[in-house]
Amino acid sequence: MSEFNPNPSGLHQILSRQVDRRTAVATAAGALVAGLGLLQTACNPLAAAESKEKSQLNWEAFFQGNYRLMTDKEKEDTVHRLERLHELNTGNKVRIGSTAAKEGVLYGYAFNISKCRGYMDCVKACIGENNQDRKSDMRYIRIHEHNKGQMSFEAADDSFYHEVPAAGHFYIGTQCFHCQNPPCTQVCPTQATWLEPDGLVVVDYNWCIGCRYCIAACPYDARRFNWGDPQVPEEEVNPNQHYLGNRLRRKGVVEKCTFCIQRTRDGKNPACVEACPTGSRTFGNLLDPDSDLRWILKNKKVFRLKEDLGTEPKFWYYMD
Amino acid sequence: MSATLNPITLSEEERLQHPLVQFFLDGLREVTTGSQKYHIWMASLTLLMCLGAYAYGVQLRAGLTVTGMHDHVSWGFYISNFTFLVGMAAAAVILVMPTYVLQDHDFKKAVLVGEALAVAALIMALSFVVADMGGPDRLWHVIPMIGVFNWPASMLTWDILVLNGYLVLNLLIPFYLLYSRYMGREPNKRIYVPAVLLSILWAVSVHLVTAFLYAGLPARPFWNSALLGPRFLATAFTAGPAMMILVLRQLRQHTDIDVAQATIDKLATVTTVGAQICLIMLASELFVEFYRDTHHGLGARYLFFGLVGHTRLVPWIWTSIAMSVTATAILSVHPLRHTDRWLKFACTLLFVGILIEKGLGTIIPGFIPEPWGRIDEYAPTWVELCVTLGIWAMGTFVFTILTKAAIPVELGVVKYRRR
Repeated sequence: MSEFNPNPSGLHQILSRQVDRRTAVATAAGALVAGLGLLQTACNPLAAAESKEKSQLNWEAFFQGNYRLMTDKEKEDTVHRLERLHELNTGNKVRIGSTAAKEGVLYGYAFNISKCRGYMDCVKACIGENNQDRKSDMRYIRIHEHNKGQMSFEAADDSFYHEVPAAGHFYIGTQCFHCQNPPCTQVCPTQATWLEPDGLVVVDYNWCIGCRYCIAACPYDARRFNWGDPQVPEEEVNPNQHYLGNRLRRKGVVEKCTFCIQRTRDGKNPACVEACPTGSRTFGNLLDPDSDLRWILKNKKVFRLKEDLGTEPKFWYYMD
Repeated sequence: MSATLNPITLSEEERLQHPLVQFFLDGLREVTTGSQKYHIWMASLTLLMCLGAYAYGVQLRAGLTVTGMHDHVSWGFYISNFTFLVGMAAAAVILVMPTYVLQDHDFKKAVLVGEALAVAALIMALSFVVADMGGPDRLWHVIPMIGVFNWPASMLTWDILVLNGYLVLNLLIPFYLLYSRYMGREPNKRIYVPAVLLSILWAVSVHLVTAFLYAGLPARPFWNSALLGPRFLATAFTAGPAMMILVLRQLRQHTDIDVAQATIDKLATVTTVGAQICLIMLASELFVEFYRDTHHGLGARYLFFGLVGHTRLVPWIWTSIAMSVTATAILSVHPLRHTDRWLKFACTLLFVGILIEKGLGTIIPGFIPEPWGRIDEYAPTWVELCVTLGIWAMGTFVFTILTKAAIPVELGVVKYRRR
């Protein structure tokens, strides 16, 4: 046997090794020190219990499935686990909702080009509301400063830094248009992003593998990636969260505008609509004939961007 | 025979004597012994792999922020290399098809080398995809049955299927042929010919599916072209055989394998025709992009001429075109193509030219300008360069091991002896 197997297993090697007394004592002492360390951790009951719970929850989170395919009970357990993990990690409590889409609701948005003056209050409100990474200055909304007399986005400037409104210019905001025929969800290899029944395009940050195929597929630059660890100062964290919305993300996942799902599914307006001082932004239910949004679609001459791509954006522009 | 194949009825001693075990032990012995030159070669590759592993460690800790990519150029060097290497893998078919379908035996000696090249290229391609992932710990989400596999909607799931299937085929076919040779048996044609035919269709599909990954995105007009897939195939079937010629020349020098001049000559012909087709496709693409300057042509304008002062890729693409044109000219002249020195020069030019074209000129201009016209350029960082180097070293390592073990078996030097 030995001539065919000159190298016995590592464990076999260790156990059958001939040791002298000196080596034996040294090995035993080493093991004792290591064991004592373990014992010490075990004897601090509070810290030990918390760290044990944390690793248990992290373990469960690792094997958690795709949110869209979960039962209501599993969804509830999942958000409670995340709430508890946040508390264990930071000592602060957050509320992570799992409110589902309501029947008879299809969200849409209208943007009045005549009114927008480029104040950027929407951008600021969005960053705060949605717990976006401060380090990379992530923004879901882009405000493009156009030269009057042309409607060319190539000629527009989205990083202006001067007093607004600037003479000879007008302003157009872009963000996720929540397409009814979204190219981004089609390409996702794991179905980590999808169109909700109320028309919101959402991402399961725990299921996204970070391949960024959706970013390549989006014709509107609506998607953002966490290239590094996202950083939000603890005191600035918005504790009112939704699993599919503004809960804290980790590095290596894609995120995007959700029309503030944590607010809108509770009947409020998105943060950008609320923050806009000019009234350029209107959010509403496309299926409600009495909504302001439906009034605009009926009475204004509206248009959408890149309609030729067949993406069916639920985001309309109009002028007074 | 069937009784000896059943491991349960065997004692441990008998199991170690099983020819399959002996086959792998002999292979292991082959790859661990060799000349000093061989050991230095393997040690250098290992060193480069360690460098790559270190850089990947940095990337794992900090995230992809240590790369040059950003929201507007969200795929960079990794995906570019992936694309190129899928082409290299597909090119193995150039050797496989004439041997097994057309019964052209000049190619037979080179066929195992081609398949080893395919395996190495596939392992590299898959590694580049993993290196590009934001959450490699979540790789299991994309495993069919275990995760959620968005098939057939997502072209990426098609790519996962065809690449892994192609890898399995390219491992099994050479294994069967080599093992038969090892055992001194004639391989059963009814087993391997259907598998080979399947692998030929599969080779075309791997590169076509990879092209569809990009070509299906109307958001990126630079890729959204029906020519993308055929052009991928044309460049692959040019760079692949060019690479094979260079490798076979090396093997002829450093190993006992006997590569007939006819094999090299035929490969050179394939390379020449491929290179000419590539240039026709390039001309066709340039015409459509520039005859009328539309907004859909901005990516091409950025690549070939630069956009409002942003010209980072311009020198690269013209270098690549100059290399391809020169190489095609050399190869098209019969006396030059038949001169070993010129052939080597032309193949090197072609390979590097296409590597640049695929590595920098195919993926990146799809993102520039971004959908609203903003121009944010991209350049790989040291982390990306080191990881890339490490993965290429790993592929070269795999290729060396496979050929080192396979050649003595193929030559009949190493065969099964009952011990």
